Amino acid sequence: MQLEYFQLIDRILDLNMDEKKITVEAQVPQHNTIFEGHFPGHPIMPGVLLIESMAQTSGWLLIALMKFERMPFLAAVKEAKMRGFVTPGECLTVEAGIVHEGSGYAITEAKVRVNGKLRCNATITFSLIPPPNPEFRRYMDAVAKRIDFPLQALPS
Amino acid sequence: MSSTFDQVATIIAETCDIPRDTITPESHAIDDLGIDSLDFLDIAFAIDKAFGIKLPLEKWTQEVNDGKATTEQYFVLKNLCARIDELVAAKTASA
Repeated sequence: MQLEYFQLIDRILDLNMDEKKITVEAQVPQHNTIFEGHFPGHPIMPGVLLIESMAQTSGWLLIALMKFERMPFLAAVKEAKMRGFVTPGECLTVEAGIVHEGSGYAITEAKVRVNGKLRCNATITFSLIPPPNPEFRRYMDAVAKRIDFPLQALPS
Repeated sequence: MSSTFDQVATIIAETCDIPRDTITPESHAIDDLGIDSLDFLDIAFAIDKAFGIKLPLEKWTQEVNDGKATTEQYFVLKNLCARIDELVAAKTASA
């Protein structure tokens, strides 16, 4: 996790194209300025960043299903529940699955677990549009490489 | 069984908190009811689920942007309902 760059995902652990599910790993840093303010003496991962981690996880699932031809952009977050604190140094397992694939939009359900225990979950809506420019697409290709995106999983 | 319009009007009323009695077949979802693109995603989801179809929003938007169709053709509710009925019929025919 590189919070300064809003890179919340470290590695794709599993991408199941048949079941339309993804599992990723995300290591919360032990030290970060965010924890100095959130909160002094009681550092916890902000809920909005946990939501972002679920959105990014869902996003990679959608990118895979759309074979990089559409990019998902966060449109709505519903039923987001923060069920327990996430603290510095913890390793998150984030899962996402498809609720609905519409035309130009999609809805996912995502969960964050630590050591198997559910810490938060949300239902998330994305609008799906073509990559806005070649630079954006190149950036996504670079991120895909960094997080071990399994290109071989994409249908030819 | 309720009509397509009744179902769609109920979906819009519940999704967007619009009084049901203000929604008519002549209502334009955007211009008259003030539904924005994000709220319309919720409506599209509810319609997709209720009718077992997939509203082709991308195609419709492209046609409007290209000047090949007007928003009235897809977003005046009586026209939207006609499109839904066509999609349901096509799905039934292919089943």
